[in-house]
Amino acid sequence: MATLGELERTVMDLLWGTQEAMTANTLRDALALAPEGTAEGKDLAVTTVLTVLSRLEKKGLVERERDTRPHRYRAVTSREDHTAELMHEVLVTAPDREAVLARFIGSVSESEARTLRRLLGSN
Amino acid sequence: MFWASHFLATLAVVLAWPAPIALSRAQWPSRSPFTAMILWQAIALAGGLSMIGAMLVWGLEPLGDNLLEALRGLWDVLVNNRPADTLGLMHVFALSAASLLTAHLVFTLLITYARITRQRRRHRNLLNLLSSPSHTNPSTVVIKHPTPVAYCLPGGARSVTVLSDGLMGLLSEDELQAVLVHERAHLSQRHHLLLWAFAAWRSALPWLPTSRLAQRAVNELIEMLADDEAVKQVDQETLVGAIAVVATGSHGPTIGGSKQTLPQGALEPDPEQDDEASLSTVHRLRRLLEPKRPLSPLQSFSALATSALLLMVPTVLLVAPGLFV
Repeated sequence: MATLGELERTVMDLLWGTQEAMTANTLRDALALAPEGTAEGKDLAVTTVLTVLSRLEKKGLVERERDTRPHRYRAVTSREDHTAELMHEVLVTAPDREAVLARFIGSVSESEARTLRRLLGSN
Repeated sequence: MFWASHFLATLAVVLAWPAPIALSRAQWPSRSPFTAMILWQAIALAGGLSMIGAMLVWGLEPLGDNLLEALRGLWDVLVNNRPADTLGLMHVFALSAASLLTAHLVFTLLITYARITRQRRRHRNLLNLLSSPSHTNPSTVVIKHPTPVAYCLPGGARSVTVLSDGLMGLLSEDELQAVLVHERAHLSQRHHLLLWAFAAWRSALPWLPTSRLAQRAVNELIEMLADDEAVKQVDQETLVGAIAVVATGSHGPTIGGSKQTLPQGALEPDPEQDDEASLSTVHRLRRLLEPKRPLSPLQSFSALATSALLLMVPTVLLVAPGLFV
């Protein structure tokens, strides 16, 4: 049995992969087709898909088109935009950032990069 | 009790200003980062303790000869409405300041914890959707992004190390191992707890030299500790290579190609922050390239003894008058 987290991922992958809005039914059928090597491929209840979708909606990743029945769901923004947002959080230097996540190397300024190259060159 | 409050006040001033400045300028911490870390913690803890203690002891002075007796006296005044004629306005002021400072420190610690946890949870939610687990390394995920970046996101059993595929493309197998050992050292040595405490210490008292210098030093020291862990498993040149690639390769605001550029200036950190972060990379590289021997046992012992003394003195001064008089 796939966890909700894995299902969320697969659903987002499907929504990111298409430009169109999809109903829970369409999504369920697409999930049943077992995208390569994921934990899915088993038949899921539509209610499970709806649960996943409402979680994703709450997290602000998915929006619902309410003017049709059944409701259709689409990704709020592209995968690339979300990745950029995530990387922005990682790369931008903020006073508290170090406490949230520890980067292997912090931001390096131009002058610092020169010092580093000199140090490395002399070795 | 009067002399105790003066001594505590002096200690508080020394620990808030000259002591951290001297330690931040010292060269030896990069030789024994662990010892230096202990000393910074002692300075922060003893500093806070003596600030609060000085005001508490001074304010309680008219109420009793020792802390216990005085606290009992205070209880009588507050709860049993005993007349408080011995307690001057200044004493009341000192007692209020002591309790306000205590509350401020505790609340800042809790609020900082809540903020950090919230940011981590949000980050993890997004990360779970965008990354795929590494096939070769446990609790490691890979995110598709050209910028070479590696970081760890603490969170108990869900702690995870994140690598970008840009980084994996640039590093050799051994260098990647060095990065992973480094990041895992952060997690296993619970560095996030130190970062939390010192981030809180800084937001609580941002205008004190000690809190700013301590946070900067701790950020740098944990990197050195993680580096030391890494060179136990890979050789030094490999780690230096990894640092070189990530530091120079990630230079410049290359957040993901043409389509996903950031707003202009988003990657321009303020100059002070920038200096802090990048100087620490130079320090790290320098100590790997030109290793110096660690402190001698005697030197380490003195530093640790100083730490112990720093913590004992305010504690003893608070409690002792009741024990010996």
